[in-house]
Amino acid sequence: MSLNIIVLAKQVPDTRNVGKDAMKADGTINRAALPAIFNPEDLNALEQALRLKDENPGSKVYVLTMGLPRAAEVVREAMYRGADGGVVLTDRALGGADTLATSYSLAQAVKKFGKYDIILGGRQAIDGDTAQVGPQIAEKLGIPQVTYAEEILDLKDGKVTVKRRLENGVETVKAPLPCVVTVNGSAAECRPRNAQRLMKFKYAVSDSEKKGLQPEIAELVENRPYLNIKEWGAAFVEADPEQIGLAGSPTKVKNVENVVFTAKENLCLDGGNDAQLEDLVKELIANHTIG
Amino acid sequence: MANFYTDNPDLKHHLTHPMMEKIVALKERDYADAANYDYAPINYADAMDNYDKVLEIVGDICAGVIAGNAEGVDHEGPTVKDGRVTYASGTQQNLDVCRKAGLMGMAMPRRLGGLNFPITPYIMAADIVSRADTGFENLWGLQDCAETLYEFGSEDQKQRYIPRVCKGETMSMDLTEPDAGSDLQSVMLKATKKEDGTWVLNGVKRFITNGDSDIHLVLARSEEGTTDGRGLSMFVYDKRNGGVNVRRIENKMGIKGSPTCELVYKNAPAELVGDTRMGLIKYVMALMNGARLGIAAQSVGVSELAYREALQYARERKQFGKAIINFPAVAEILSVMKAKLDGSRSLLYETARYVDLYKALEDIAKERSLTPDERKACKQYRKLADALTPMAKGIGSEYCNQNAYDCIQIHGGSGFMKDYACERIYRDARITSIYEGTTQLQVVAAIRHVTTGTYMTLINGYDAQDVRAELQPLKDKLRAMTEKYQAAVARVAEVNDQKLTDFMARRLVEMAANVVMGYLLLLDAQRNESFTTTAGVYNKMADAEVAKHADFISNFDPAQLSLYDVQ
Repeated sequence: MSLNIIVLAKQVPDTRNVGKDAMKADGTINRAALPAIFNPEDLNALEQALRLKDENPGSKVYVLTMGLPRAAEVVREAMYRGADGGVVLTDRALGGADTLATSYSLAQAVKKFGKYDIILGGRQAIDGDTAQVGPQIAEKLGIPQVTYAEEILDLKDGKVTVKRRLENGVETVKAPLPCVVTVNGSAAECRPRNAQRLMKFKYAVSDSEKKGLQPEIAELVENRPYLNIKEWGAAFVEADPEQIGLAGSPTKVKNVENVVFTAKENLCLDGGNDAQLEDLVKELIANHTIG
Repeated sequence: MANFYTDNPDLKHHLTHPMMEKIVALKERDYADAANYDYAPINYADAMDNYDKVLEIVGDICAGVIAGNAEGVDHEGPTVKDGRVTYASGTQQNLDVCRKAGLMGMAMPRRLGGLNFPITPYIMAADIVSRADTGFENLWGLQDCAETLYEFGSEDQKQRYIPRVCKGETMSMDLTEPDAGSDLQSVMLKATKKEDGTWVLNGVKRFITNGDSDIHLVLARSEEGTTDGRGLSMFVYDKRNGGVNVRRIENKMGIKGSPTCELVYKNAPAELVGDTRMGLIKYVMALMNGARLGIAAQSVGVSELAYREALQYARERKQFGKAIINFPAVAEILSVMKAKLDGSRSLLYETARYVDLYKALEDIAKERSLTPDERKACKQYRKLADALTPMAKGIGSEYCNQNAYDCIQIHGGSGFMKDYACERIYRDARITSIYEGTTQLQVVAAIRHVTTGTYMTLINGYDAQDVRAELQPLKDKLRAMTEKYQAAVARVAEVNDQKLTDFMARRLVEMAANVVMGYLLLLDAQRNESFTTTAGVYNKMADAEVAKHADFISNFDPAQLSLYDVQ
C-alpha cells in the first residue's frame, strides 16, 4: 500500500552548543551566534517516515515547514536523506506566532496537501521546548494523535501501531489513520544524506531563492520540476488573519532570564568501594540527577 | 557537528589542485552524462561542488559514527561460526551507514550504479575513513576490486556484479596462500574447467581480508602442470553460489575489526575474468596498484589521527608547571610528525591525480581510439603513476608507523596503557608497511624509476615552476638535495653491480622521495600560504636525510657488501 506521509519539521537555532553570546542583553536569542539546524527530533520523525516509505513502495514523504524563506534548507536536507519534496509555509503575516497560531497555520497547510495517511513530527523543537504544536495540529484537524513515539511497529488495515517511550517504561498503542504521531529523541537516528540524492537535489530552490541564480542553474531548475520547493503563504492556505501571527497568539512573553546552573552541594566518598558507588548511583537516580 | 572533512582544510587544498580541471573533464567526457543522469554534473564547478559535498557526508559519518565505534570494534572484533563471518556490531553499523549514504562503488560509472568519481576524491574519502577507523577502511576500501572487474571483466560480468557492489555488497581479493605471500607466482589454488566450460576452484587461501565477502576476485592456477605466474588466471566467485568456507579468522595485532580469513574452496563455481594466464601478470598487477594506493591513503589517515591525538595530548598535559607542547623537544616531535603527514599526503594526491589521468584516458580508449597525442600522454601519465604509487605506499606507510610511535612517545607512560587511542593507532599502523607488498617490495618496484630517471622527470617539472621570493631558499636547498641524489644514483650505477644496486635501493628511493615530497610541499606553499611552515620543517628534515644517505653511499666501498652477508 502506498502512503502519503507528511513530516513536520522546523529550522531551529542550535541551542545544544550554546556559547556565552547565545543570548542578547534584552533576553532574546542571538540567532547570528547559533547556526540554524534541522530540529533534532524532527529528524527522528523523518527516519520513521522514510522507514514507512521503504516498507510501502510507492509511498511519498513530503516535508512541511513554517518559517523564514531560508527554511527551504530543511526541505533540501530532508530530500538528501530520502524525502520526495516539501513545502515552506512562509509569510510575514505568520511571523510572531505562538504554538496556537503555528498549529492553526500548519493545519491549514496540511489541508492543502489533499489526501494524507499519516503526519509525523518531532516531539518538540529545541528552541521553544513546548511539545504543543504536534498535538494541537491533530486537534485542529480532528484526527487522533500518538505522542512520545519511539518506533512505528506496524501500519496496516488503516491502523498504525506505535511504541511510546514514557517516563516509567514503554507502551504500545494502536491508532486509526490518518493520525498525528510525534516522535521522541530516543527513536532511531535519521539515516545520513545519500550521495546520489544530494547531487540530484542540491539545486532545489523555493520561489524566493530563485532570484539571482546563475543562468545554467536557473535553466536546470526550470527543466526539472523536482528542483522546485513549493512556497505557500497565508492566503494560499486560506488562513483566517485573526488566527495567525501575533494577532492569533494569546501567549505573551513577559520576561526571559538567563539562568546559570552552579553546583550547590558536593559529596565526598572516601575509599570509593563498589557498595558506596552503587548507593551513590541509586541516590542520583532517585533524585533525578541522572536517568 | 564534528566533521573529519571540514575540520581539515588541507583536504580541500588537495581536492582543488589545478590539475583537477583536466581530470574531471576527461572523467566526465566533457559533462555528457548530465543529459542522462539527474545526479551528473553540468560543468567543472558543479562536479567539484559534488565532490566537496559528498566528502562532507563522508566526514560527517566518520566523525559521527565510525570514529566512535573504533574502540568497541577493536575490542569486539569479528567472529566465525559454521564457516561464516559475523562482523563486530560497530563494523556492521559502519557498513550500514555507508550503504545508506551511497558511498559504495564511488569510482564506478553511473551506468553501473556508481558515482563516477575520479580516483582523487575517492582516495580522499579513504584518507578520511582511515582516520576514523583504520581497520574499517579495509572493508570499505575493498570496493576497489570493482575497478579491476570494470577494467578486465566482460560486459555481462560488469552488468551482473558492479551494480551489486554499488548497492553495498562487499568484495575481497583472494590472492595469498600459505606458501605464496610476497611471491604470488607460487599460488596453487586449482581452477578446473569442467566439460560444460564452467570452472570450479579447489584449495586454500590464507590472510584474506574480508574473506567472507559477497563477491571474491580469486587468483588460481588454471594451467595444470605450470609452476609460475604464467599459469595463473583470475576468477570471480559469487558467495550466493556456495563452495567457499571460512576455516578460521586470524588473531591479529591491529586492524582487528577487519576479518582476516583462511578460506577453503571445495568445488566452488567461479567465472573466468578476462583471459586465462593473464591473472597475475596483468590483472593482479592492476589490482595491486589500486590496492597500494588505497594503503597509501590508509597510511595518511592513520598519520592524521596519530598527529591529532599527540597534539591534543601535548596541549593538555602539564608538567613542570606548563603544557608539554611548550618544551622544544616535544614541539619538534610534533612539527616533524606534521611534516611527515603533510609530505605523505601531498605525495598521495599527486599519485592519485596521475592515476586518474591515465585511467580516464584508458577508459576513453574503450569508446574511441585515442589521438596520437592522447596515447602519448596516457603512456606518460601511467609511467608517472607507476613510479609514484610504490613511493606513496612505501614511504607513506613508514611515516605513519613513525608517527604512531611518536604519538605514544608524546603520551609518555599513559601512552603505554590501554586507556588512550594511541596504543590502538600503533597496532593498526603496523600492517600498512607490510600488506599489499612490504616496503622492501615497494622499493623493488620503485628502484627502476630511480635508474631510468622517471623521478628526475617529475623533479625537473616541479623545479620549473616559479615560487615567490620567500620560498626561494627552500627551492635552492631542494636543488642541492637533487644534486646529491643524482650523484648517489650515478655512483651506484658506475659500480654496475646488481647486488650493490639492490643493497642501496631503499636509500636511493628514500632520497628521491625526500626530494619529491620537498618539492610538492614547496608547491603547496606556493599555492596556499598555510603550508609554508610544514614545507620548511620538511625541507630541514629531508636535507638531513638526503645528506645521511648521500654520505653512506659515497663512503661505501662495494667490497664492504660482504659485511652484510648474514648466513
